[in-house]
Amino acid sequence: MELRGFKSRNATPGYIYFEGEAKPQNSWERFKRFAERTVKGELFVGLWIVLREMIKFDTHTVQYPMEKLQMSPRYRAIHKLLRLFESGHERCIGCGLCEKICIANCIKMDTKVDEKSRKLVSQYSINFGRCIFCGYCAEVCPELAIVHSDDYEQASEQRAEFGLKEDMLTPLDIFKAKKQKEFPGFGALNKDADKFVKKTPLAY
Amino acid sequence: MNETALIIETVIKAVIGLAVIAGMGAFATFIERKVLAFMQRRLGPMHVGPYGLLQLAADGIKLFTKEDIIPQNVVKPIFILAPVVGVTSAFVAIAAVPYFPQFTLFGYTIHPIISDINVGLLFVMGAASVGMYGPLLAGLSSHNKWALLGGARAVIQLLSFEVVSGLSILAPLMMIGSLSLIDINDFQIGGITNWLVWKQPLAFVLFAIAGFAETNRTPFDLIEFEAEIVSGYATEYSGMRWGLFFVGEYANMITISALVSIIFMGGYNPLWIIPGAIMMLLKVSFWIFLFLWVRAAWPHVRPDQLMWVCWKVLMPLALINILITGIVLV
Repeated sequence: MELRGFKSRNATPGYIYFEGEAKPQNSWERFKRFAERTVKGELFVGLWIVLREMIKFDTHTVQYPMEKLQMSPRYRAIHKLLRLFESGHERCIGCGLCEKICIANCIKMDTKVDEKSRKLVSQYSINFGRCIFCGYCAEVCPELAIVHSDDYEQASEQRAEFGLKEDMLTPLDIFKAKKQKEFPGFGALNKDADKFVKKTPLAY
Repeated sequence: MNETALIIETVIKAVIGLAVIAGMGAFATFIERKVLAFMQRRLGPMHVGPYGLLQLAADGIKLFTKEDIIPQNVVKPIFILAPVVGVTSAFVAIAAVPYFPQFTLFGYTIHPIISDINVGLLFVMGAASVGMYGPLLAGLSSHNKWALLGGARAVIQLLSFEVVSGLSILAPLMMIGSLSLIDINDFQIGGITNWLVWKQPLAFVLFAIAGFAETNRTPFDLIEFEAEIVSGYATEYSGMRWGLFFVGEYANMITISALVSIIFMGGYNPLWIIPGAIMMLLKVSFWIFLFLWVRAAWPHVRPDQLMWVCWKVLMPLALINILITGIVLV
């Protein structure tokens, strides 16, 4: 294996390296620069560019409350607790892994054993004042019960909003309307992720 | 009896002119926001009314109902007077500008000019230049350093552009031999080839540049440039006093657009099958659009660059233009 791959640090061949305009050294060069700038008509280039953009009418405005951007599946917004598709029971089995792994110590859960001697989550809350949205809880969850949603609108009247179990758990009516979105797991890729893969010069 | 009719006609014309120009100025603020937005790949005002059209009304209500703040330590009478000076001079200037060809209504011939005085052009330029007293007085009376800087810049701007606009307009006037804008318009009857812009291209460019300086539009918007002096002379103003300055600025824009159209671009003479009034509207609209277009595209100049370009480049060019015109005429 040869070392050419190491010595060429030009990661992407498409880059253009620009050293900057050469400074004029004498008055003749200064005059030449003046003449070039005068004849080039850069002001009219500017006028043409803005007019072109106006005619193309390729606006990038998202009229936010009416239109919303589709978030990436990897986006980590406020947490949701999902339900089982078959029975509608909550998926959480109360294992407590999320509480353990949480590096901000913001997840708090209480469990009890119910009359059918199944473990039941009686209390579940996330303190969103401390949560750093690292995603470890969703990653560690063995049942895909706690996930990150794409609900990025987190303005509320109280600090405790969004953080209690009844806020996060999929409401039954939404579940019955089959609107609970399945979460492919933390770190899932976009559908078009292949398009963005670039070859990197990792020769070694 | 005849004099009474004249007085009534003049008053009606003045009121209509005032209302139409103020309305057009207000509409121009909307157009400006839209055009700038499109050129910057945005949408501009969209929420009030269809495509944001009622934004005008919303802005008007906001300006009129805002608290009228007069800060401490300002020179109160001058502070109150300054916006009035700015807007009044802008509207006085339009008195001698003919916008349309004369037409007959109910058997009564109407000249759409408030008064056709024999020093028309001189009057328009003089009255519009008095408008610079608005920013100057505002800047001096505001007790605010940014406003003072804005006022000082207004003075150097006046000193710079006034000589260029005066001298550049002299060459076409030598060819026409009259200061009345109606005579200037009639001089260019008969198609595009008779427009003065072909005979006086240099004067046309110089006058356009001076017009941009006179209306404080973007390459020369240094008296209120936000990035340097907050809001310049208008820093301490709010509500309708602030609004008056901008009504004056847009009225000035319309006046300058009309002047350039009349002096250099054939005025309200009909072209081919397009009637004169439509031609005039098209030309004025194009010039207003040019003002906005330039604002979207170009950076602004420093005050010293403005003085440099006006005194060392444009004024000699204007003098050479006068000299050549004189030689050709003789």
